[in-house]
Amino acid sequence: MAYSEKVIDHYSNPKNVGTLDKAKVNVGTGLVGAPECGDVMRLQIEVDEQSGLISDAKFKTFGCGSAIASSSLATEWLKGKSIDEALSIDNMDIVEELNLPPVKIHCSVLAEDAIKAAINDYRVKNGLPELVAEKKAH
Amino acid sequence: MELKLPIYLDNNATTPMDPRVLEAMLPYFVEKFGNAASRNHSFGWEAEEAVDYAREQVAKLIGADAKEIIFTSGATEANNLALKGVFEMYATKGNHIITCTTEHKAVLDACKHIEKQGGQVTYLDVQADGLIDLAALEAAITDKTILIAIMYGNNEIGVIQPVREISKIARKHGVLFFTDGTQAVGKVPVDVNADGIDLMSFSGHKTYGPKGVGALYVRRKNPRVKVTSQMDGGGHERGMRSGTLNVPGIVGLGKACEIAMHEMEAEGKRLSAMRDRLENALLQLEEAYVNGNREHRLPHTTNISFKYVEGEGLMMGFNKNIALSSGSACTSASLEPSYVLKALGLGDDLAHSSLRFGLGRFTTDEQIDFTIDAIKNTVLKLREMSPLWEMYKEGIDLNSIEWAHH
Repeated sequence: MAYSEKVIDHYSNPKNVGTLDKAKVNVGTGLVGAPECGDVMRLQIEVDEQSGLISDAKFKTFGCGSAIASSSLATEWLKGKSIDEALSIDNMDIVEELNLPPVKIHCSVLAEDAIKAAINDYRVKNGLPELVAEKKAH
Repeated sequence: MELKLPIYLDNNATTPMDPRVLEAMLPYFVEKFGNAASRNHSFGWEAEEAVDYAREQVAKLIGADAKEIIFTSGATEANNLALKGVFEMYATKGNHIITCTTEHKAVLDACKHIEKQGGQVTYLDVQADGLIDLAALEAAITDKTILIAIMYGNNEIGVIQPVREISKIARKHGVLFFTDGTQAVGKVPVDVNADGIDLMSFSGHKTYGPKGVGALYVRRKNPRVKVTSQMDGGGHERGMRSGTLNVPGIVGLGKACEIAMHEMEAEGKRLSAMRDRLENALLQLEEAYVNGNREHRLPHTTNISFKYVEGEGLMMGFNKNIALSSGSACTSASLEPSYVLKALGLGDDLAHSSLRFGLGRFTTDEQIDFTIDAIKNTVLKLREMSPLWEMYKEGIDLNSIEWAHH
């Protein structure tokens, strides 16, 4: 199957690959997927305590090109958003932006899960209740 | 020599046709178009003569008699004919077939079909190196066993099964031995008598011949083997396979076998040296492992897992320039990683991280150099991007993490 231009671009020039200090209280880390399933995403956000906006986002992903592109795109979208705005990112937005075929939709679901997991980690660290995410089929 | 891109390293999927094969085939499309079954005119005689000649060429390569070659549409049909044909023909003798878990789908699915028809099938596990356990094979034989179906060389990992030992066990118990020779014929010396083979399938397009043609070897002496035809019609191919013969395809298969007969030995040496060079260079990467037995295997194949990177993601790094296959789930419609690699006891994670290299007649040293660099670079780049690699480097045991399976 041929990849879309956007997937190839994110794969070839991934944005925001890296690691934030997970010990910091204003850093939230989400690790989703499983090695046996062929994809694992780790997505991290750093929240600016003054403005409440996401000042930095990083990812590392083990997976196919679509999984790498989905997480790269997610970090791009996260930067500059508030936590509430970040929660509204839907996997179908990623599907649309990257032109993912049906067989790759699970990559976008994983990216959405990673965003939610990172936000939850941040919330728990900062004494806020964990959000119960709606479960999407993978 | 100048580097030619893209590089084709998927010769276990299919091989390009040798131009000499095409040349042999060409007259049989327009000029010599006759039906080999037309007995009353020169067009038919010409076609029949070409088929007879090809039958000799094919038989010679595997040490068989020409009468023992049944032409089919390919190895899938030959596998089906062998398995279902023996099951039906020997129904009064028994209904049990022994095969193994790393066989090609054309064998496994034909066996599944036979089970639905009331047959009993034993699927032997393979050992960690991909070879079957001969003691387990012998122990599986019952008084109802009619056939042992074990492939010659594996398509994914290239492992060559101990065919002679298997046939000895089969003979000892009066059981027929069928082998899927698709990947082995034309690549390594195969001799149906020395190897003790009763039935063997193979195809044209895995050995520089055309697609859409293959053959089933069916032993005629010691013992005389018969299969029930799976297609009814004009009674071609000694009644075992009806259907107008694919004359150009058969001519091509014959020519491909003749070329292999002359060039196989030198080609095998050249390809195994090239394969070893590729393999050794890639094994210099940390956490890279060869899947399957490295001693008993086809000369042109290697299958390597690069831990902590995913196969499809890996291929994307170079698939503009290099064509090969991965055991990763993402390359198949099923989203399941390779059942062959899983049968070796590899974890799904290693199966997801595998690449299969299939070298061929037209592979050059320059292409291998390019491939080594491209794959090394991509593995290193993706590991920088891999959370699993980071954890591994930090000494975190990945098995200690509770993964969210989905």
